[in-house]
Amino acid sequence: MKKRSVRVIPMFGLSMGVTLAMLSVIVLIPLASLVVFTAQMSFSDIIETLTRERVLASFRVSFGTAFLASAINAVMGVILAWVLVRYDFPGKRILDGMIELPFALPTAVAGIALTSLTADKGLVGSFFARFGIKIAYTKIGITVALVFIGIPFVVRAVQPVLEKLDPSFEEAAGVMGASRSRIFRQVIFPELAPAVFTGFGLAFGRCLGEYGSVVFIAGNKPFETEITPLIIMSELQEYDYSSATAIALVMLITAFLILFLVNLIQARNTKILGR
Amino acid sequence: MKKNILSIALASAISASVILTGCGSKEVPDTANADKITLTNVSYDPTRELYTSYNEIFAAHWKELKGQDVEIIQSHGGSGKQALEVANGLEADVVTLALEYDVKAVQDAGLIEDGWVNEFDKESAPYTSTIVFLVRKGNPKNILDWGDLVNDGVGVITPNPKTSGGARWNYLAAWAYADKLYGGDEAQTKEFIKKLYQNVLVLDSGARGATTTFVENGQGDVLLAWENEAYLSIKDYPDDYEIITPSISILAQPSVAVVDEVVDKRGTREAATEYLNYLYSDEAQRIAGDNYYRPSNPDILAEYANTFDLDVNLVTISDFGGWDEAQAKHFADGGVFDEIYEK
Repeated sequence: MKKRSVRVIPMFGLSMGVTLAMLSVIVLIPLASLVVFTAQMSFSDIIETLTRERVLASFRVSFGTAFLASAINAVMGVILAWVLVRYDFPGKRILDGMIELPFALPTAVAGIALTSLTADKGLVGSFFARFGIKIAYTKIGITVALVFIGIPFVVRAVQPVLEKLDPSFEEAAGVMGASRSRIFRQVIFPELAPAVFTGFGLAFGRCLGEYGSVVFIAGNKPFETEITPLIIMSELQEYDYSSATAIALVMLITAFLILFLVNLIQARNTKILGR
Repeated sequence: MKKNILSIALASAISASVILTGCGSKEVPDTANADKITLTNVSYDPTRELYTSYNEIFAAHWKELKGQDVEIIQSHGGSGKQALEVANGLEADVVTLALEYDVKAVQDAGLIEDGWVNEFDKESAPYTSTIVFLVRKGNPKNILDWGDLVNDGVGVITPNPKTSGGARWNYLAAWAYADKLYGGDEAQTKEFIKKLYQNVLVLDSGARGATTTFVENGQGDVLLAWENEAYLSIKDYPDDYEIITPSISILAQPSVAVVDEVVDKRGTREAATEYLNYLYSDEAQRIAGDNYYRPSNPDILAEYANTFDLDVNLVTISDFGGWDEAQAKHFADGGVFDEIYEK
């Protein structure tokens, strides 16, 4: 007979059971139903649906803008987190709380507000219109909305890591004569990188599926500013569930791969850092 | 270890059943003798004000008829989305949607019996509307008819017919004009439609979104809109916009139906049927007219001759062979609408 393992922390069975049930009911079963719906189509139909010119164009728009927005957020998010962790200034608590507003605001409200602001008659839009730059109803507009949606992910991923980072390493590096940029590159950034990647991955996954805010600012012109979630909505409008789920599945798999890749990079980083 | 697995399984089963509870009881309630009943009316976006007023007079009417209080729960949203929700199990006693095609989707889910179109008068469309142009005050681009929409430099705002039920009427009205203009030559008609949609600056996903784009964000020169929506914009901004009624347009017939499956389960068939029937009463028809829907009763419609342009030549969906045919030809994947956007 095997030795019965005894865990120090009790309730493993109960909590693991609840975890599995939650995951199955809330995540796995709905996702499995996606696969079931898609499986009602023949393979050639699926390929035909996915390779339609318009669907491909929407993939390019969605993936392109989500990637760009997440990249912008990765940079800006680190700066924001840095300011919020390292400096003390009046109103810091309020600023810190504001970071989460994009989570709380209904996305449609965000979309409408951003659109009226950036349309060529709007406050911000009219300024850029003078230089012939249109924001609302272009890919720039979509990116703006996605930056808004994604920023809390990066900030909240980086913040706790920065808080734990001991400034004495930086001081030591400074004493040893490293330049400021070198301190950032070789002392601070390696510590932050995994968190930045996590934030990037989360923001990217979120942006890919974002519908509520983007439809208002996108203009939705086929081949130009039509996002994939909108294509999915129009398939649903035709009561064509299987095409809709087939396209959705592609987005889901890509998002999963990206998150998986991010985790891989993170694991590798941790290994290099020897912890 | 065995005990461990057992407890995991047990906990899984218990929490799964906790999460999944909520499937209600099966018995049919006896509503005829209840003091109060509720009805759920699942409708689409721009009927909010209409049904708020109507529900009041219906509640009074039902109280007089049966001595019973009735509370009506309204639900509004994009027409197609609402139809999907009902088809997927949202308990609606009646649906009052933007087009027959959406009600048919509920029928296809097995919730409404065949023949509902003739259950009420006028093909179950108690009020109608049509498609008109909303232009900026003074009509600077001099837009008078569909033909002016394809001119260079005219910015058109209309929602996407693939995602907005209401926008299919816009598209079909334009088609009807071109069809008449070119005497039924389909190639030329397609070319006209293509040119029109090339002038579309923003293709919103829904009708209210398109109105916002045109009115709040100042995009484009002309908004293709439901007549009732256009009048609401004029009411809010009387100095900024004008309504232009084109020479030819389409009779938009929002459809109403009793959801058979739901009323039989809830025992509300009588009230639900009367709810839709009473929409044809003189009082209700006037409420429709006051909310800028065209009453289907011609006598009441005549009372609103000052509001509506009654001279417009209106085609109907039957001129397109019904919704199934129109849908398959124009809006399905690979249909004419997709064709005009192919490169």
